[in-house]
Amino acid sequence: MTTKHEPYYVPAQSAWPIIGAIGLFLIAFGAGSFVSELNSEGGIGGYILLAGIAVIIFMIFGWFRTVIAESMAGLYSPQMDRSFRQGMSWFIFSEVMFFAAFFGALFYARMIAIPWLGGASNNAMTHEVLWPTFEAVWPLVTTPDGTTTEAMGWTGLPLYNTLILLTSSVTLHFAHVGLEKNKRQALTAWLALTIVLGIGFLFLQVEEYVHAYQEMGLTLESGVYGNTFFLLTGFHGMHVTLGTVFLIVLFFRVLKGHFTPEHHFAFQAGSWYWHFVDVVWLCLFIFVYVL
Amino acid sequence: MSTITQDTPAAHDDHHDDHHGAPKGIMRWILTTNHKDIGTLYLWFSFIMFLTGGAMAMVIRAELFQPGLQLVEPNFFNQMTTVHGLVMVFGAVMPAFTGLANWLIPMMIGAPDMALPRMNNWSFWILPFAFTILLSSLFMEGGGPNFGWTFYAPLSTTYSPDSTALFVFSVHIMGISSIMGAINVVVTIVNMRAPGMTWMKLPLFVWTWLITAFLLIAVMPVLAGAVTMVLTDKYFATSFFDAAGGGDPVMFQHIFWFFGHPEVYIMILPSFGIISAIVPAFSRKPLFGYASMVYATASIAVLSFLVWAHHMFTTGMPVFAELFFMYCTMLIAVPTGVKVFNWVATMWRGSISFETPMLFAVAFIILFTIGGFSGLMLAITPADFQYHDTYFVVAHFHYVLVTGAIFSIMAAAYYWLPKWTGNMYSESLGRWHFWCSVISVNVLFFPMHFLGLAGMPRRIPDYAIQFADVNQIVSIGGFAFGLSQLIFLAVVIKCIRGGEKAPAKPWEGAEGLEWTIPSPAPYHSFTTPPEVK
Repeated sequence: MTTKHEPYYVPAQSAWPIIGAIGLFLIAFGAGSFVSELNSEGGIGGYILLAGIAVIIFMIFGWFRTVIAESMAGLYSPQMDRSFRQGMSWFIFSEVMFFAAFFGALFYARMIAIPWLGGASNNAMTHEVLWPTFEAVWPLVTTPDGTTTEAMGWTGLPLYNTLILLTSSVTLHFAHVGLEKNKRQALTAWLALTIVLGIGFLFLQVEEYVHAYQEMGLTLESGVYGNTFFLLTGFHGMHVTLGTVFLIVLFFRVLKGHFTPEHHFAFQAGSWYWHFVDVVWLCLFIFVYVL
Repeated sequence: MSTITQDTPAAHDDHHDDHHGAPKGIMRWILTTNHKDIGTLYLWFSFIMFLTGGAMAMVIRAELFQPGLQLVEPNFFNQMTTVHGLVMVFGAVMPAFTGLANWLIPMMIGAPDMALPRMNNWSFWILPFAFTILLSSLFMEGGGPNFGWTFYAPLSTTYSPDSTALFVFSVHIMGISSIMGAINVVVTIVNMRAPGMTWMKLPLFVWTWLITAFLLIAVMPVLAGAVTMVLTDKYFATSFFDAAGGGDPVMFQHIFWFFGHPEVYIMILPSFGIISAIVPAFSRKPLFGYASMVYATASIAVLSFLVWAHHMFTTGMPVFAELFFMYCTMLIAVPTGVKVFNWVATMWRGSISFETPMLFAVAFIILFTIGGFSGLMLAITPADFQYHDTYFVVAHFHYVLVTGAIFSIMAAAYYWLPKWTGNMYSESLGRWHFWCSVISVNVLFFPMHFLGLAGMPRRIPDYAIQFADVNQIVSIGGFAFGLSQLIFLAVVIKCIRGGEKAPAKPWEGAEGLEWTIPSPAPYHSFTTPPEVK
């Protein structure tokens, strides 16, 4: 009897995971110390955090180099490729759930907490006893304790950013089509354009934050509207940053001649990640800015 | 699933590491990509955490031996209840199941290893570091987390110690570890099954773990979101959980329990899988109602997303919400009842023998059912107004988690120890461990029901004088249960060091691929997938 299976590549011992674990330890311990030392002088948490980030970057470089070398050496069977693809999809699902927590907070605050503070449902006495002058509106420009801010409109920068990010998903798709049809020049050009759009998005996002902080008085401290605004857009921005780095790495690999029409898991993963980030932005644009 | 032919190792195995034994020395464990090594690491880590969390429980029970404050400061008492919960949930029970998954799933489905072996190592090695951070915060100025393992706002935001940021980030990296571990399990099960191992032939342990892993990937990120909001509320002046800024402390509970309730099933579904392996083996009968077990597990997982607010009946939710969550919660009794019925039906007219794994499994069925019934009582909204935050709740979830989850882990350890070590454990010591545990655990937790019904609140270092006698009984049960676990340690060490050699299939009625390979399982099993007929 013959077996239909190719051997599944089980890697030998590897030092990258333990380096990664040490990196995460330094990040968690450093970030924890840094945050709790914010109001005091002379803490070293920040340095530990930076050291941790350096270790993680080192680990990512080393680990990816190993994986790329293995892939180029042809060690990966189609079954391996499926493992990677499924792993990446589940990772993106976990990211979806992470954003879901913050969208949940947004919806709860907007649909339940604030109306109740304004006396809705059977909360007339809550309103009367706690903050009788409080007005339940969204965006919450005046919090119950009187902090005021301005609401971020959806026209202007946010709209441009939406167009940029939607376009970047399309350009990345063209790059992918180029890869699958083995048109390397189209691949390189469309991928480069996607990266430029990603960086452009991040640049405008920073502009928007500066505008919010300096001119609108919309800060992290301006009540639950500012909280959900900055945490949702902030975590999204972090994901765009990561995605852009991911695309830049892919770009250099493309220049080195990596990826074939049949065999390009890393490209596929980067593109899934980018489309995911794009979809999150679309939800953000609708629920944070427009509605 | 019973007829299996295994190919001879194929000639095309060309990588250098496939047929070596285990490397030597400490670096074997640090650098390993082998699912069995990583499983062993998880299991030992879990046991160390079990003893650590147990030591904290001993502090709690010592303080509660008498009314009044004798041994520890109230703030330290709160840190003990908090860290006991965190350590047991995230350090003992979850890693134990992940360890079992690592050891068993590849062998059960005929895979050479986990699908992503290096990530597997990373998931494990994050954990010791995460718990180093969490436990070290106990020794910092102002103390460690003291707000309960559920870290409700504003206890965790306005009133928490300075070290809260360390708690937050340690939970973050525990979450990363769990998510990576769960992704690995899902991908392994979906992608690595041997030819012929179709979905409805999967051992139930594999099925239950598949669904558990899905729950983990779905809710651990929500926990990450919750701790992040606690962090920003405490240190960056946001007001997610502060009504003065338009937020709501009750919103914390909603987000937390959206994670927390599926989390509870994460800690029990793999148990169902274990019991569904052990009961048929020692009843010498196939499992009754295999398909209904699979569907029941899936139903429990779906329902677990719809019941979170039954932890919050007293927060002043609208009556409609209270009713919705009450009925959904009661619905869970249906698939759970199916499971208990099937286990009992499996034993019915079986040729039963009571080796230690079976003893723990039978105790599981009875005692977990008690925990399930008290859960039904708690699900009744008006009744819950009486039980909420009393020792009745403590009794309920310890029946589910100790005599449920932990007993199933013990059963699994005894059942598969011969496969892991190649030696039989000492049956007499195992029985000692079982009988000491099962008696003391009931002395420990059963009277807590009465304390709770009489009105003793949980998480409190002092109590009214009328609770003194029962608390003393409970504490004695606690110390006895704690000591009994040292027998388990002795059994495991003795079994690793030697003993009667175990055959490939030490249990007459056992079924599954893992019993087709020798004991101890070779370092690499199924490098060529077996054909399952």
